[in-house]
Amino acid sequence: MSASNPFVKGLVVPGIPHPLLAPEQNEGWQRLRNAFEAAREEVHSCGADVMVIYSTMWPSVVGHQVQAHPEPEWVHVDELFHELGSIPYRFRVDAELAHGWVRAAKGRGLHARPVAYHGFPIDTGSVVATKLLNPDNALPITIGSSNVYADRAETVVFAKSVTDALIAQGKKAVAVVVSTLSNRLFTDWIDPATDHVHSPKDDEWNRKLLEFFAAGRLEDVAQLSRQIHRQIRIGKVVNFKPMWWMSAAMGQHNRYDGKVYDYAPLYGTGAAVLSLTPSGEGVGDKEFDEDDVEFFTGDRNVLDGPVAQESSSALPAPKVATPSVAPSEQSPASSSGVTNTAKAPAPVGAYPHARRVGDLLYLSGVGPRQPGTNAIPGGPVRDADGNPRDYDIEAQTRAVIENVRLILEAAGSSLDRVIDITSFLVDMDRDFAGYNAVYKEVFEPIQATRTTLAITALPTPIAVEFKVLALPGDVPLTKA
Amino acid sequence: MSAGSIVAGCLAPHPPHLVYAENPPQNEPRAECGWEELRWGYERMRKRLAALNADVLVVLSPHWQTYIGTHFLGVPRFDSKSVDPIFPNLFRYKYGLDVDVPLAEAICARAKERGLVTQMMRNPDFRVDYGTIVSCHMTRPEWDIPIVGISSCRSTAWYSVEVMQEQALALGQATREAIEASGKRAVLLASNSLSHRHFVTESEVPEDMTHEHIYNHSQYLWDMRLLDHVRAGRGQAIIDEMPEFTVQSVSETDAGALTWMLGAMGVPDYPGEVHAYGTVIGTGNAVVSWVPPEEGASS
Ligand SMILES: [Fe+2]
Repeated sequence: MSASNPFVKGLVVPGIPHPLLAPEQNEGWQRLRNAFEAAREEVHSCGADVMVIYSTMWPSVVGHQVQAHPEPEWVHVDELFHELGSIPYRFRVDAELAHGWVRAAKGRGLHARPVAYHGFPIDTGSVVATKLLNPDNALPITIGSSNVYADRAETVVFAKSVTDALIAQGKKAVAVVVSTLSNRLFTDWIDPATDHVHSPKDDEWNRKLLEFFAAGRLEDVAQLSRQIHRQIRIGKVVNFKPMWWMSAAMGQHNRYDGKVYDYAPLYGTGAAVLSLTPSGEGVGDKEFDEDDVEFFTGDRNVLDGPVAQESSSALPAPKVATPSVAPSEQSPASSSGVTNTAKAPAPVGAYPHARRVGDLLYLSGVGPRQPGTNAIPGGPVRDADGNPRDYDIEAQTRAVIENVRLILEAAGSSLDRVIDITSFLVDMDRDFAGYNAVYKEVFEPIQATRTTLAITALPTPIAVEFKVLALPGDVPLTKA
Repeated sequence: MSAGSIVAGCLAPHPPHLVYAENPPQNEPRAECGWEELRWGYERMRKRLAALNADVLVVLSPHWQTYIGTHFLGVPRFDSKSVDPIFPNLFRYKYGLDVDVPLAEAICARAKERGLVTQMMRNPDFRVDYGTIVSCHMTRPEWDIPIVGISSCRSTAWYSVEVMQEQALALGQATREAIEASGKRAVLLASNSLSHRHFVTESEVPEDMTHEHIYNHSQYLWDMRLLDHVRAGRGQAIIDEMPEFTVQSVSETDAGALTWMLGAMGVPDYPGEVHAYGTVIGTGNAVVSWVPPEEGASS
């Protein structure tokens, strides 16, 4: 993926307004201002077509929002540091990219919407970053919100969505993450000359993170997010997520050239301006202690589905327990040998998941779609606009096998009772090796017979489907 | 000059949905209907307040968030547009409002005397937050009396609900003293919902009420427990249970508005009148007024 990643540069910058509005009041604020200006050169010489901002200072609570007004204009005043003055702005937004980002996010299971309203309150951080990095609107921008409740999975998927949109639109981008490192502000007004990072502990952590950034270890910092949240962040949101966003957008690895322009206190917080440039080299070793995630399948449909039961929040004990599973999901319908299960993806036509005839169990064609959401692990073979996109055949094949297993088990059989498989691939040249490798992991010991065919298309944007024949659970294996 | 007084304290929640559903000329989006229980409850409260001849509305909003101290609107007149950052599809509202700057300065000064960190907001380009706008509109859509706008100091995030309450109670006492010294008749608005767990998806038609219900039963129980205290005149119990209520119902009471208002009213031991309880995208909202007995409380 990294070869085709559309991000040619990433920046981390603070969003507190002093470097823009009052750099002269403190030596460190002036250094940050200078750092912004030096980083601006990188932004404008890196070949990017657009600046994509992820701001920790733009909270959203109902999914994610993306700024899509082509020319937002306002006189902004920060709700806390209003005394520093007003910030008039007029920005140029890549609305096409914003809409593509939202479409891709929805396709990956997120709730998202574009915002294109005159007077929509763009957050101070995005305003400050855009004014300082892109003062003449040389690049169009777009801005994504930071969902207060989102944890890693949702944030990673939101980031991958903008990467999808950039690929689909053939654009190169610079990622701008707006966030301080440690975020504890002073709780009283200070003499600017006395500004310092709130505690030595915050300062030590910040400096350790800067060492990682300087070494290009983006994914390592991302993997430290939960630790960072506990150690140096005030718990205003569920977790510290900007580095999850950044590494998922740019590529989850440590092969970057890192450059720390400067680091200084900003009203007690620790603020740094730094850049990351993809490179062939870097710190190779890394620990992936968390799964990668392509689709979000979490609690997103409270309105439509059964009410979610919260485990922790009842002091006066509820008198009525709400079932956590809708009745329709509880028992597979089973009549005249037919099996249907809510655990497998819904059929796209008038057919059951499986049907038993005599001593044989026939399964309808099974693809990789995820039950409930229809999300496709490894990504669809084309985007919502019909443009081909890069997808992961191994992830799709794994998901097919998992769906086959779920259907077999719902019908009282199991994977080890499979006797014959017909596999369909939409791109034999590209995908056979990956498909074959995953197949081998599961089916080598089972020794079912197999036929693999190349076909032009499948009904949904998937790359692989299996047609399976198995023995029901009550038929002895020897009978085959 | 006769002594001023707080003639009513109100729980005045600020879901932009309520303004949206009323279709006032100031708001761009149009609605068919929606959230009638709460809107009609506000209507009853307006009638109740009309007889009290208030000179000023003093409102504390969770959506003017200040991490350093408590701030006060300090510009006499604002004219601008408020766009809700979460529901811009529902709330794009042209407002014009007058501020009682002398009263704001008096509260600010007394709060400072009590040891709170304070700041007057003097930037004329400042945009008044949508919580303040919604609560004031729903309480007094005529916009014919000035307001005092108070920010929410985020001490809950910085420290704890307990620390927030200490500060909010002190701010309440400062508010009361300043109002009494001003000779004015003031209505206080605590701009917050109760339980705040909410849906994270939206229905196609925002005012489609088939989707509207409390997020879950435990949130409902918490809301009813709090409203029982309100109806029985147990103001102190509300303060005492606030830390647990706030955590368990993820409530906007973390902003201190309700605590501030109860504190300013001397922690009422008389009932509040619950004009309505209803939900908005799953959150629990109550419209309540406390009218001191000397002003003719109804019960
Ligand atoms: Fe609110």
